[in-house]
Amino acid sequence: MNPAGLPEQARRAWAIAKKDIRLYYAKKSVLIFGVLMPVFLFLAFFVGSNQLPLSFLLPGLVGVTLLFTATALSPAILAWEGRHGNLERLVSCPVSIEAIVMGDMVASILFGIGITILTVFIGLAFGLSLLHGMTMIVSILLGSCCFSAIGMLLAVPPTNEPSTPMTLSLLIKFPLIFISGVFVPLDQLPSWGLAFSACSPLTYFTDLVRYSFTGKNYFPVIVDVAILAVLTLVFSAGSMYLHKRTMPKRI
Amino acid sequence: MYTIQADHLTKSFGPVTAVNDVSLAVREGEIFGFLGPNGAGKTTTTRILTGVIPLDAGSAAVLGHDISTEAVQAKQGFGVVPEISNAYTDLTAWQNLMLMGELYGLARAQASRRASDLLTMLGLLERREEKVQAYSKGMKQRLILAMALLPEPELLFLDEPTSGLDVQSSQMILDMLRDMNRDGTTIFLTTHNMEEANRLCHRVAIIRNGRLIAVDAPEKLKMAIESVHRIEVSFSREIAGDALAALQGVTGVKRIGDKWQLTAEKQDTVIQSLAAFGRENHTAIVTLNTLAPSLDDAFLRLTQEVSP
Repeated sequence: MNPAGLPEQARRAWAIAKKDIRLYYAKKSVLIFGVLMPVFLFLAFFVGSNQLPLSFLLPGLVGVTLLFTATALSPAILAWEGRHGNLERLVSCPVSIEAIVMGDMVASILFGIGITILTVFIGLAFGLSLLHGMTMIVSILLGSCCFSAIGMLLAVPPTNEPSTPMTLSLLIKFPLIFISGVFVPLDQLPSWGLAFSACSPLTYFTDLVRYSFTGKNYFPVIVDVAILAVLTLVFSAGSMYLHKRTMPKRI
Repeated sequence: MYTIQADHLTKSFGPVTAVNDVSLAVREGEIFGFLGPNGAGKTTTTRILTGVIPLDAGSAAVLGHDISTEAVQAKQGFGVVPEISNAYTDLTAWQNLMLMGELYGLARAQASRRASDLLTMLGLLERREEKVQAYSKGMKQRLILAMALLPEPELLFLDEPTSGLDVQSSQMILDMLRDMNRDGTTIFLTTHNMEEANRLCHRVAIIRNGRLIAVDAPEKLKMAIESVHRIEVSFSREIAGDALAALQGVTGVKRIGDKWQLTAEKQDTVIQSLAAFGRENHTAIVTLNTLAPSLDDAFLRLTQEVSP
């Protein structure tokens, strides 16, 4: 057995993911918050906008749900564990920092996928049809990985005060909703708004979900998938690189 | 063969150099004590050697692996008991141990068997399904030790393992460490408990202000300061300390309960002075003991001699 080899480190990352799910994600309050927050946002837009049809808004709900759930706790886990001394335990085990980051990411990916699938069923219950099931599956997998990586990037500042990354997380997530064509169609955005929306991974994910439900999309599907994949790789590699630099400062 | 070989370790935090050019070598099968006053750099050195924080300069090989470049391989062979209790308090003892098993790549059956044995040895088996938050400090510390021992490490790092524990828990942990060492485990023990180090360690290193100031066997360190003798004396009536301090050969006087402790370079001169003092002042000497230097004395002397 090579403890530093990829298969071993992947197994150990999975152990960390299971620990995260048991300790942080499988809590009633987290599950309820994960569902309620996007639903309230959806209702606010649904009630406030008479012109937009459900077939447009429900994909937005799916997008916001995935963004909120996949980044719900991951920014704060390292801060919590640093504060309680658990991080020192993890770092002194034969586990690379990449495996610790990957473990935290996997937990948030699974949480994001689980809750987001519920909202897809809500869409189906409201009468939408799933026209492109495979695209939906790929987009949820890819979007979940991408948003989880964003969550881990938000966890980079080496603070052991969980409220700091959570505040930073909210400051970034809410503006993303407004510039990503979630509840406002991209073709109604001004050119500067469109330029901003092109920088947001949520734009491409929501576009894919909308295509999966209605067959309508703003960007070509292949562009949405490619950009999400590239952003996932960049954010994942970036967060691992930065965590290697900041992790010792938490201890 | 050295289990730990550290050369010129240096680590700074901003303007403070916490570890300054520290070199040490720990032999296979040794219990090595790492002593120093609070803030001397003990924990930082341990964290460098366990790969928890990177070093700024120097190098360290643990179990034959460079801790900077082959940290995972090195960590696979050692267990760590950090200073503060750090089991997951929302998990049960059993879940914490199984997590450790997975992080060390143990098969589930092997981890379960080992966990049961350790919990039995440490008196925690019956409470293995309770969340750790319900545990006392002593129970938590025993669990941390079990977590460190689960992978059957060749080397064990312990940072103040008995700090703040009741006598029973302390004794249980120390006995277990002795047994493990007898079975071949090398132990790196960070402590400021001199008695513990004296009874347990084959060699000790003393660090102060980030610099290593002595490395030797406890008895040799005591011998090194034997130029100073201590004599404990009590009289049949109250005697002023100043009068004792003025006696020939006395270099220091300290009140210890109902006795006086005198330090002297020549033991014989002071004993004769005390006898004469008793006769002249018509007071009887009730007790008179000459004390061998302790590791405490060696530690205090060495850490006071070196200016910051």
